[in-house]
Amino acid sequence: MNIHEYQAREIFRSHGLPVPDSVLAESAEQAREAAARFGGTVVIKAQVHAGGRGKAGGVKLASDPAEAGKAAEAILGMEIKGLVVENVLVAAAVEIATEAYVGIVMDRTSQRPVMMVSPEGGVDIEEVAATKPEAIFKEAIDPRYGLMPHEATGLAYRLFSDPALAKQAARALAGLWSAYEGADATLAEVNPLVSTPEGEVLAIDAKMNIDDSSLFRQPEIEAMRDEGAEAPSEQRAREAGLSYIKLDGDVGCCVNGAGLAMATMDLVKYYGGSPANFLDIGGSSNPEKVVAALEIITEDPSVRSILFNIFGGITRCDDVANGIVEATGRLDLDVPITIRLTGTNQKEGVKILEGAGFEADTDMDRAVRRAVEVAS
Amino acid sequence: MAIFIGEQTRLVVQGITGRDGSFHTRQMIEYGTRVVAGVTPGKGGLTFDGAVPVHNTVAEAVVEQGANASVIYVPARFAGDAILEAADAGIELIVCITEGIPVAEMMRVMLFVQECGARLIGPNCPGLIVPGVCKVGILPAQIVLPGRIGIVSRSGTLTYEIIFQLTSAGIGQSTSIGIGGDPIIGTDFVDCLRAFEADDETDAVVIIGEIGGTDEQTAASLVKEEMNKPVVGFIAGQTAPPGRRMGHAGAIISGSEGTAAEKVRAFQENGIAVAERPVDIVDALRAVL
Repeated sequence: MNIHEYQAREIFRSHGLPVPDSVLAESAEQAREAAARFGGTVVIKAQVHAGGRGKAGGVKLASDPAEAGKAAEAILGMEIKGLVVENVLVAAAVEIATEAYVGIVMDRTSQRPVMMVSPEGGVDIEEVAATKPEAIFKEAIDPRYGLMPHEATGLAYRLFSDPALAKQAARALAGLWSAYEGADATLAEVNPLVSTPEGEVLAIDAKMNIDDSSLFRQPEIEAMRDEGAEAPSEQRAREAGLSYIKLDGDVGCCVNGAGLAMATMDLVKYYGGSPANFLDIGGSSNPEKVVAALEIITEDPSVRSILFNIFGGITRCDDVANGIVEATGRLDLDVPITIRLTGTNQKEGVKILEGAGFEADTDMDRAVRRAVEVAS
Repeated sequence: MAIFIGEQTRLVVQGITGRDGSFHTRQMIEYGTRVVAGVTPGKGGLTFDGAVPVHNTVAEAVVEQGANASVIYVPARFAGDAILEAADAGIELIVCITEGIPVAEMMRVMLFVQECGARLIGPNCPGLIVPGVCKVGILPAQIVLPGRIGIVSRSGTLTYEIIFQLTSAGIGQSTSIGIGGDPIIGTDFVDCLRAFEADDETDAVVIIGEIGGTDEQTAASLVKEEMNKPVVGFIAGQTAPPGRRMGHAGAIISGSEGTAAEKVRAFQENGIAVAERPVDIVDALRAVL
């Protein structure tokens, strides 16, 4: 799960990172008031789940409250990578002497959290990794012991040779680890971690991704979910226990299992079609899930053909068939449905479908080809 | 002799009295797997289906029933500890079916499993099956056929699809194994490929990958450097958008890393023929056998 910068700043602050004060504003008026309170120059930042906010015009400096109001007005309602900006963060602008990158990611290969720091901060870290890999320093963290003080110190001196600055940076790195671990994050980063001409180290940006599988034990973070940042169809799917991602095509896909769902989308493309979505109904045999899935797919106006691809294992074909019959009885469907069913209780499933006037194929390749044909 | 399981397997089912655990225990017994014990804390002393003794702990199941392998069907919030318990009790092979274990917990669990010298398969996996001999997990038995092809995959139902394609074409399997769709898993492609390479009963291997991470790339290098047996492959997720988790916790393109295209390229550059469609696996195999 992604959280917003203002939320990550809160978490970082509570773990001792030096994060300057900021205020969340929903309107230009609130931004003006916040700017007046801070005095001097402020920075106004769009709060959306998208990288590259600066390039998109979602980050502006304002030297007085009136200008802050104008900047907020320009940013609020702006669309960044398809997401509408509902809130802006207002913070006192900081004079910057140096910019560093510090972050922790869950590294799949070493199966450990890896802390990465670079004195080349303030830019896309993937770009630094590609063009100047020698400027990135890494430390794999043993999750049983956490970030050890000497590790934090060693990395801090990669960023600053001045001991006064390095000490502050080491404390910030310890705080970053504490936040990462405490929040069950898969990514926590500050870009940039700056030093000021006065010799202060400050975290002026914050980013965190949280492990979805940990949310059951992170109720405070679960409560940070921004439902407005999610497509309504994806929100409904999540509540129904389905894994759904909206795409741009016109063949609606309903599949059991994530790998098979991806392979089905790929096959749609192979036959010249374009998938409207990724949808995994999971391993459950609950006909209600099938009903919810069909409702979500049919609400997408670009869907011109619906494809079921079910390989029964734990999922039973008769349950899926019952769900299809029930949902099509309830919904007013004007889109052709192609159904592929095989595996556990296949015969029963096919019988149920045929009784309701549907045809059921047992071959994936043929079914996908048909679903693409009827979409065009 | 197949890989990881066989006639020597003496299985303990952790979570045997639960809904999924009991259902799949019956299926495994019916298939011929030697299920020697079950574990559900508080239900020690009971007998499951009048045949399988239930214990309170895995350690008891090891001492009293000689269990040497375990399969885990307990809910996600208890599954990490279930793995630790099995490893601590000296179980050599632990298969964790459960989906949704926190990543941070799995990283700690893995370190302990390695210290104990155990092999973990999964989590979030369908387990493995040696056709006609033994199955541990949830793979549907009716689609497999005894034979000499090894199958290793990060997926569940996509694996069934490909097993089904092979079986329909009369091509049998030595072992089919699902290693799991999570970012942190116990046994990876490399472990399975090495085991298949060493297995006298396997002639060729099918590797089924998907977007996310770089395990397929590592596996491809291993195929080139260490394997004499032919390997054919399939990658799911050509049409997956970047930055979105495609069902499996591990199936996500992060930044520019983990795309299907780079995995296909790694396979092809290292001598693994890549099937464009699941059905093409059959022809790809016939071409190398």
